[in-house]
Amino acid sequence: MGSREKKSGVRSQESGVKTPNSGLSTQNLNPTTTPLTKGGKGGFVATRDAYGDALLELGKKRKEVVVLDADLSGSTKTAKFAKVFPERFFNIGISEQDLIGTASGLSLTGKLPFASTFAVFETGRAWEQIRQTISYSSLNVKLVATHSGITVAEDGASHQAIEDITLMRVLPNMTVIVPADGIETKQVIEAIADFYGPVYVRLGRSKVPVVMPDAYKFTIGKAYKFHVGKDANIIAAGIMVSVSLDAMEMLKKEGIDAGVINMPTVKPLDNDTVVEAARASGLIVTAEEHSVIGGLGGAVCEFLAENYPVPVKRIGIKDTFGCSGPSDELMKLYGLTAEDIVRTVKEGLKK
Amino acid sequence: MSQASAAKDIAFLKEQANAVRIEILKMLAEAGSGHTGGSLSAADMATALYFSKMRHNPKDPAWKERDRFILSKGHAAPLLYTVLALSGYFDKSLLKTLRKIGSPLQGHPCSKLLPGVEISTGSLGQGLSIANGIAMGLKMGGMNSRVYCLLGDGETQEGQVWEAAMTAAHYRLDNVCAIIDNNGLQIDGPCCDVMALEPITEKWDAFGWHVIDIDGHNMKAIIGALNEAEGIKGKPTMIVARTVKGKGVSFFEGKVQYHGVTPTQEELKKALEELGENGK
Repeated sequence: MGSREKKSGVRSQESGVKTPNSGLSTQNLNPTTTPLTKGGKGGFVATRDAYGDALLELGKKRKEVVVLDADLSGSTKTAKFAKVFPERFFNIGISEQDLIGTASGLSLTGKLPFASTFAVFETGRAWEQIRQTISYSSLNVKLVATHSGITVAEDGASHQAIEDITLMRVLPNMTVIVPADGIETKQVIEAIADFYGPVYVRLGRSKVPVVMPDAYKFTIGKAYKFHVGKDANIIAAGIMVSVSLDAMEMLKKEGIDAGVINMPTVKPLDNDTVVEAARASGLIVTAEEHSVIGGLGGAVCEFLAENYPVPVKRIGIKDTFGCSGPSDELMKLYGLTAEDIVRTVKEGLKK
Repeated sequence: MSQASAAKDIAFLKEQANAVRIEILKMLAEAGSGHTGGSLSAADMATALYFSKMRHNPKDPAWKERDRFILSKGHAAPLLYTVLALSGYFDKSLLKTLRKIGSPLQGHPCSKLLPGVEISTGSLGQGLSIANGIAMGLKMGGMNSRVYCLLGDGETQEGQVWEAAMTAAHYRLDNVCAIIDNNGLQIDGPCCDVMALEPITEKWDAFGWHVIDIDGHNMKAIIGALNEAEGIKGKPTMIVARTVKGKGVSFFEGKVQYHGVTPTQEELKKALEELGENGK
């Protein structure tokens, strides 16, 4: 993260827990910048912006880093890297399958390729190329996709990847990471550069509240416990971490002790923390801006069913497509608000 | 190279191609499944590459300065395995394990299991993109190694091939030399009936490639084309090799049914006789 975010008000949060403030920011009604949740004490940053900055920094440190894009470098923010390192940037044009193959070839010569485009095209259009080459041969290629989930907003269902986590999680050798905010995104990019093997990173388009503490250190496969609750625990990833923190505060006011666990690495899942959360509360709620089938919710259910069965409720897109509209309205329409989490926790506790 | 030594080289390569065909047929008969026709049609090109043109070191498959070979038509795995074995990457006896449990010789090439295989292939249309990426990486590293990529003709029906065709020309990858094994047949029948490919040379020319059209069984023409490609600067080269599916065995030649069918013991005996091997 560059100085820009600092100027906009990112600051240390001692408790690591975001405090809800008075409400939605109305400073900017542009759909691309409309904040998705309350909170916002730590400012708002789109994870794709954090990626652009982190990638540029990484490029300065490591000469083997090469970046590939498929005509969306302005949107994925790889253009920042391209501007400074044009000789290490390859625009492959509107051809995602070729993007993946070319990145694979570069990795075979010892380069460290980051291949970026929108999540729906990267994981959908080029899924088989990822399977046949990157996953099968366990190549050191980093697939960093932006514009995941319904918060792509106005572009509608064709551009809203709601199945990408599932598509990547099912591939052997693949690590799947869903950062919650800008701070975590920066950490993730640094961490995966030091890790040899294929990684999928899921980033978003819209600005999201900064929730992770400045001193946070991301480790692949490790969850971050904001709080472990006695009544219920919400395991969330991506932008739903911020939403879950709002829900936690709302539940607290009603005397319900709900915890929030940020699970950035969906694969490999932090099994120990999942068990700890299940043991502490007996009710698990998963929250993700993704289909409830096969993503974080699926991963948690699969693990708990076999190892520590407790009731689980999944918050996510319920086996349907998205549609056009402003991000915040879509979050309401698809049941991804703090109120939806509060209601789900209460329903879970009634049984 | 003098004319006499060049002629000697060609004679040696022809003999070597014959030996490659013999091993392909033996291993396929032993395996009982696999792709016969397309392995035989491309045998002369692979022989020219592995036994003459390519700089490689079987004792050090990861040698940085090596030329690379990507078998985009991964179903011709028996051909790749044979040229690797005869080059000395592994013992020839391993060829008998093709497609068997625990064998590094998978039905389609697997780079994790077999040194010498640059990258796993098998799903068509993907090898040229990988070859381009390698070529870019080599150029960035200041290496003058070349990247060879063998495609099937039917394979070029895959859209990704044309994405890669644009990329190689756009980035002026003159260290890429692709070869199309134009045997004219695919699983469901003649390519011209299934999905017409012609005019092949004009297509690649239009995509910005240097195109060389040759008889893919004429060893002198193959070596000549590979040499010509090396001298082309600023654009990639495509060698369109006109071949015969099942080449070398009279009763397999031009027969679409031998795409994915292996010789019976009876057929193997006859085939080996035709190739001058006494059914050992």
